[in-house]
Amino acid sequence: MYAVVERQMIVPNLHEFTVEAPEVAESVQAGNFVIVRPDEMGERMPLSVADWDPEAGTVTSIFMQVGGSTAKLARLKPGDTIPTYVGPLGKETKIENFGTVLCVGGCYGIGSLYPIARALKAAGNTVHTLLEARSSFLLYWQDRFEKVSDSVIELTRDGTAGYKGHISRLGEILTLEKIKPDLIIVNGCTFLMMKASKVTEPMAVKTIVNMNPIMIDGTGMCGVCRLTVDGNVKFACVDGPDFDGHEIDWEEFLKRRQTYNPEEVHPLRKSGCVSHF
Amino acid sequence: MVKKIDYNRRPMPKQEPFERIKNFDEVALGYTEQLAVEEASRCLGCKKPLCMDGCPVAIDIPGFVSAIVERDFAAGIRKIKATNALPAVCGRVCPQEEQCEKTCVLGKKGEPVAIGRLERFLADWEASSGTIERPDVAAPTGKKVAIVGSGPAGVTVANDLALLGHEITIFEALHDAGGVLTYGIPEFRLPKAIVRREVEYVKSLGVKLHLDHVVGKTKTIDKLMETFDAVFVAAGAGLPWFLEIPGENLNGVYSANEYLTRCNLMKGFRFPEYDTPIKRPSRVVVFGGGNVAMDSARTALRLGADEVHIVYRRSRQELPARLEEVENAEEEGVIFDFLTLPVQLIGNEHGWLTDLECLRMELGEPDDSGRRRPVPIKGSEFKMKADAAVCSIGNSPNPLIPMTTPGLEVGRKGNIVADEETGKTSREGVWAGGDVVTGAATVISAMGAGRKAAKSIHEYLVNQKT
Ligand SMILES: Cc1cc2nc3c(=O)[nH]c(=O)nc-3n(C[C@H](O)[C@H](O)[C@H](O)COP(=O)(O)OP(=O)(O)OC[C@H]3O[C@@H](n4cnc5c(N)ncnc54)[C@H](O)[C@@H]3O)c2cc1C
Ligand SMILES: Cc1cc2nc3c(=O)[nH]c(=O)nc-3n(C[C@H](O)[C@H](O)[C@H](O)COP(=O)(O)OP(=O)(O)OC[C@H]3O[C@@H](n4cnc5c(N)ncnc54)[C@H](O)[C@@H]3O)c2cc1C
Ligand code: FES
Repeated sequence: MYAVVERQMIVPNLHEFTVEAPEVAESVQAGNFVIVRPDEMGERMPLSVADWDPEAGTVTSIFMQVGGSTAKLARLKPGDTIPTYVGPLGKETKIENFGTVLCVGGCYGIGSLYPIARALKAAGNTVHTLLEARSSFLLYWQDRFEKVSDSVIELTRDGTAGYKGHISRLGEILTLEKIKPDLIIVNGCTFLMMKASKVTEPMAVKTIVNMNPIMIDGTGMCGVCRLTVDGNVKFACVDGPDFDGHEIDWEEFLKRRQTYNPEEVHPLRKSGCVSHF
Repeated sequence: MVKKIDYNRRPMPKQEPFERIKNFDEVALGYTEQLAVEEASRCLGCKKPLCMDGCPVAIDIPGFVSAIVERDFAAGIRKIKATNALPAVCGRVCPQEEQCEKTCVLGKKGEPVAIGRLERFLADWEASSGTIERPDVAAPTGKKVAIVGSGPAGVTVANDLALLGHEITIFEALHDAGGVLTYGIPEFRLPKAIVRREVEYVKSLGVKLHLDHVVGKTKTIDKLMETFDAVFVAAGAGLPWFLEIPGENLNGVYSANEYLTRCNLMKGFRFPEYDTPIKRPSRVVVFGGGNVAMDSARTALRLGADEVHIVYRRSRQELPARLEEVENAEEEGVIFDFLTLPVQLIGNEHGWLTDLECLRMELGEPDDSGRRRPVPIKGSEFKMKADAAVCSIGNSPNPLIPMTTPGLEVGRKGNIVADEETGKTSREGVWAGGDVVTGAATVISAMGAGRKAAKSIHEYLVNQKT
């Protein structure tokens, strides 16, 4: 059993979720994920890590309440316990001195982007952060990013903060901000990562995305997380979850992600990321 | 005493096929006392029993069979447990027709003694008697051993070394222990309560079980070596193979591991009571011919499929599955398409599988395995409808541990290289055994490897200077 240290909604529908898991906290790195099960009947659900404290032995994720399992998580209170919390899983995001890196985050990916930006900064990069949301009230952690980025740019669909519009404006924003990235890293929902990859492809800037297919074990045992990258089948949980966004077969990925919509989503019909676009 | 030779084995009481395909309860109900004694009495009591040679862990088969004849069941189970820690499991899943029963003299003219069923009978008798005998645990040695994986190999080593007084911790990646016995083999063939009972037994010997711990990720082998005197790697062969034909990423195409894990470990068959969903398609095609394929096909039937096919590229004779499970599958209405090779999976515009294209095969010259090699017949392409396909064509060891353990020698197929007699790997203080060494094999061979490794680890620990 793993004790919940904190579970708090920080902006509508997005929750900060901190669990006591000393062994994970000891070895986790930016870009890793954990698998949690909210209760004994629950499914195994992957969540990227957004922060950790090896001293306190805690690990933090940001999750978006989209369906049954995240709804169960959203009901947890500090002091509650959950039966499964395993990690760190997946390869960590590659960190080295690339020069100038643009970090793009949206929805829960703002959280998982933070340790990446932090590590990139520590490795000597010039780090620019672009945070994307439907509206200003859905942005969070700007203060944290200020500390680890050379600039923090906001982009909202309704223009209530920063630039108005969505990620298709990326090229224009980069010109206006005079940023010439050597690398772009995108964390967030599938649509943000896909659109960003489509926009950056003609710019010929390498774009790393943190893929989020359906998973079960997260250790390479079941193969449900497979996706096609540059014509080869990869298992996101062990070969990724970071991949080159220009090499991903996005169409196949989106279809595979919807496998259980009739069972899981149609009965709920809540506002997921999909409805933003 | 001259006794009349009885060539016919007592049939196993089973749930009727039409009944059992509607539930996940165990198919084979087990011998009653009466049936067990009758079956055991068929044993000729050979002076030089050949059955024992066929058993990978050399159980005293004549000993426990004659104990059943004398109705001294306690003595019988004690004889088995002297060399096999998991009789309730082995009695149910061992390929007896390839092992002990193969060499039974009665098999020459009639049916061999049903050794597996008798083994199961004694194990179940002991469990229901409520008094599980537990051997004495030796005084603590102060030595600590880490075991990676809680399948049959890991559990065997934990059992043996705990009895010798060593302090044992099993690290298991999943949220439940038992390895393939828990996530792979279905409830209707091996009830999970039995696996749980065996795991609880080992825990009662003082073995610590640390779930949710992926060695190589949570902690590396090197890290474990800082606190443990020895490490035994029993991580199994958990990496699923696909056919690598077009269309394999269509929705509705599963690895057997995914399909069976959803159902067994995650209890998808009880969705939505349990949260993990599993599809209930009406036409399911399973690729492969081993136990895994039988289990997948029979699971599909129980999830309500109207038609389930097993597509196998060789013929019935070459099916590697246990004979009993092939017969069970046939009785339940699984359709076998022998000498058939899938070449392409075809989907609709939404990315869902709808058809497969196959080729007919014929048997040619024998290959390395001694089985006749299937060769495609030119121009024999044909299509089959399917809304789900399950690949059960094999598994190899997961690369996670080799990748994170410098100096650990790995074979061509990703298996950890270990000495056959001792389980020693190329790394000092690290042993390995079971499927992670041999590739996908059997429960009993994993246990056999565990037993040998435990002996070697014990020798190492007692000779170790502190
Ligand atoms: C490696 C990895 C890391 C992840 N990290 C996080 C994380 O840090 N925070 C987080 O909130 N989620 C994360 N996810 C996604 C998360 O696992 C799912 O949102 C969660 O399993 C949903 O469970 P549910 O039962 O609540 O919803 P379900 O009922 O299973 O799904 C509801 C619907 O929402 C859709 N959906 C859910 N999440 C997304 C998404 N991210 N993008 C597009 N569509 C989506 C699903 O496809 C489905 O249609 C990650 C996934 C992976 C594979
Ligand atoms: C569906 C199916 C049906 C089968 N039917 C039969 C049968 O009828 N008869 C028979 O004899 N055999 C059968 N087998 C084969 C048999 O189950 C295996 O040969 C046997 O379980 C191997 O035992 P093992 O201990 O080596 O590994 P496993 O049982 O595979 O156990 C390995 C364990 O290690 C864990 N693990 C893996 N990596 C790590 C890691 N990095 N850190 C921590 N833990 C890890 C895994 O989660 C798993 O629990 C079947 C197999 C399958 C899949
Ligand atoms: S989640 Fe099972 S293999 Fe990746």
